[in-house]
Amino acid sequence: MLQYDIVVIGGGPAGLAAAIAAKKNGVDSVLLIERDRELGGILQQCIHNGFGLHEFGEELTGPEYADRFIKELKELNIEYKLNTMVLDISENRYISAINTEDGFMTIKAKAIVLAMGCRERTRGAIKIPGARPAGIFTAGTAQRYINMEGYMVGKKAVILGSGDIGLIMARRLTLEGAEVKAVVELMPYSSGLTRNIVQCLDDFNIPLLLNHTVIDIEGKDRLKGVTIAKVDENRKPISGTEKYYECDTLLLSVGLIPENELSRSANVKIDPVTGGPIVNESMETSVKGIFACGNVVHVHDLVDYVTAESRRAGYNASKFVKGELYEEKDTIKTNPGEGIRYIVPHMVRVKNVEDSLELFMRVKDVYTNVKMRVKSGENIIKEMKKRHLAPGEMEKVKLNLKKIEGKLDDITVEIVKEGA
Amino acid sequence: MEKREMICIVCPVGCHIEVIEDKNDPSGYIVKGNKCKRGKEYGIKEVTNPTRIVTSTVKVNNAHLCRLPVKTNNPIPKEKISECMKEINKVEVNAPVEVGEVIIRNVLGTGVDVVATRDMC
Ligand SMILES: Cc1cc2nc3c(=O)[nH]c(=O)nc-3n(C[C@H](O)[C@H](O)[C@H](O)COP(=O)(O)OP(=O)(O)OC[C@H]3O[C@@H](n4cnc5c(N)ncnc54)[C@H](O)[C@@H]3O)c2cc1C
Ligand code: SF4
Repeated sequence: MLQYDIVVIGGGPAGLAAAIAAKKNGVDSVLLIERDRELGGILQQCIHNGFGLHEFGEELTGPEYADRFIKELKELNIEYKLNTMVLDISENRYISAINTEDGFMTIKAKAIVLAMGCRERTRGAIKIPGARPAGIFTAGTAQRYINMEGYMVGKKAVILGSGDIGLIMARRLTLEGAEVKAVVELMPYSSGLTRNIVQCLDDFNIPLLLNHTVIDIEGKDRLKGVTIAKVDENRKPISGTEKYYECDTLLLSVGLIPENELSRSANVKIDPVTGGPIVNESMETSVKGIFACGNVVHVHDLVDYVTAESRRAGYNASKFVKGELYEEKDTIKTNPGEGIRYIVPHMVRVKNVEDSLELFMRVKDVYTNVKMRVKSGENIIKEMKKRHLAPGEMEKVKLNLKKIEGKLDDITVEIVKEGA
Repeated sequence: MEKREMICIVCPVGCHIEVIEDKNDPSGYIVKGNKCKRGKEYGIKEVTNPTRIVTSTVKVNNAHLCRLPVKTNNPIPKEKISECMKEINKVEVNAPVEVGEVIIRNVLGTGVDVVATRDMC
């Protein structure tokens, strides 16, 4: 049986940052396991620019961002296994994995970092009626085909969902010579960045149909067309508004789901709102010695935040191995208040916070000119004016705990409308 | 052009701005709807010389993948995007390639290079 101090599962930006941070904090026995044939995770297919503004102060493409961390990992001589699939983990930190070279392996780890990322919601998850012809892809699958395998997915496309991946793919298909007839969004607003709406749709005159959805799919072997209709306030199609669009390709960009089969196998508690593990200030899950970071915890839109969060996970996993992490005492909770959908971390063992505590969260709706208020128990400890908040943009709140007087109580973050 | 409406993308607020030609203003334009002065700069740039970074892929031989990702190392004029794509699509390279390696020098005489955005071996 193999033995390591820390095993990191997943070689995307989260796993890379966690492994690097653990090694830099003095733990030498680190193994990173990746099921793909190379490191970098989903970034290798995100060839557009816009990554790394926070981390490096410049705009990099996905592969360039990944490259910097892959090189650092190699320089630090961190061990990694490619083409290796982790099948199962247990509460007492045994890992079963398989690859063609070593066959089946059992690995004992003192600490595990989960960094498996997320997967895309598929047609089944959103239940579009109609036929099941070829030509329907999730946007991420199409992105991989075009950008890595060199295989064009179609000539005339409709995209369902206006999240960033859908918008980016609208531009990508257009640049490769396809005609994108429309991007269709069920909600009254796009969950993508405005910058992407301008540079990916407006630049190429691609219509964005808000309050619309795909209600039917036609075609036997290959997709021939889709029917799109307007929806009412209850997101139900309005009869009489149906319009047929001829197309051979339908891309689905309808959300991401954290990939937590492994976490469940180790009885890690999952937050039903984020779909990821419940974690504390050290990014440790409900199971002692099992840490988690990146998209497996909650879906991130900025890879820079993935890196920041994952460094914390790797660093704390190394502290755990060295016996420097304090056990549950003085644990407080973080509560999403009015207008906040969730907060990560969910729990804080105050003694383990070294300098400041970073809270990541998402809001429930679009807000303009509001205040974000942070309370400890009933005391207001911080207030920030916000000109613009949207569900598509993750918010970060940094609390300097040394500056807070008195004993810290459960933390609530809420949105307060001006004047209240 | 007399007047154009657009969304400022310099920051996440996303102001809806109007750029109007005006000979009396030193810049030649007045901008309305912007909440800060960066919006004015952006609006004027968008009507006088809008530029974009182009990212795409080129065919690569002898590698574990079929496509090598590339980008223009500086923004190019927006109206040259589709011509630039044509140039990119003509190229075929052989591995190994290193990140930052120039794939097309001075594309379309813009002074901008198309470079590889990852190592490929
Ligand atoms: C299709 C898609 C497109 C995206 N596009 C953008 C974008 O344009 N811009 C942006 O900022 N963000 C984008 N994101 C968000 C992006 O995923 C995150 O910013 C970031 O990549 C998350 O990093 P991660 O390491 O948590 O996950 P990932 O990058 O997904 O890495 C997880 C890794 O874990 C591996 N893994 C999973 N399970 C196992 C297992 N059982 N055994 C071994 N290895 C395993 C996977 O193969 C993968 O390499 C996109 C996400 C998706 C899904
Ligand atoms: S005008 Fe200023 S505030 Fe408005 S979007 Fe542009 S940069 Fe942001």
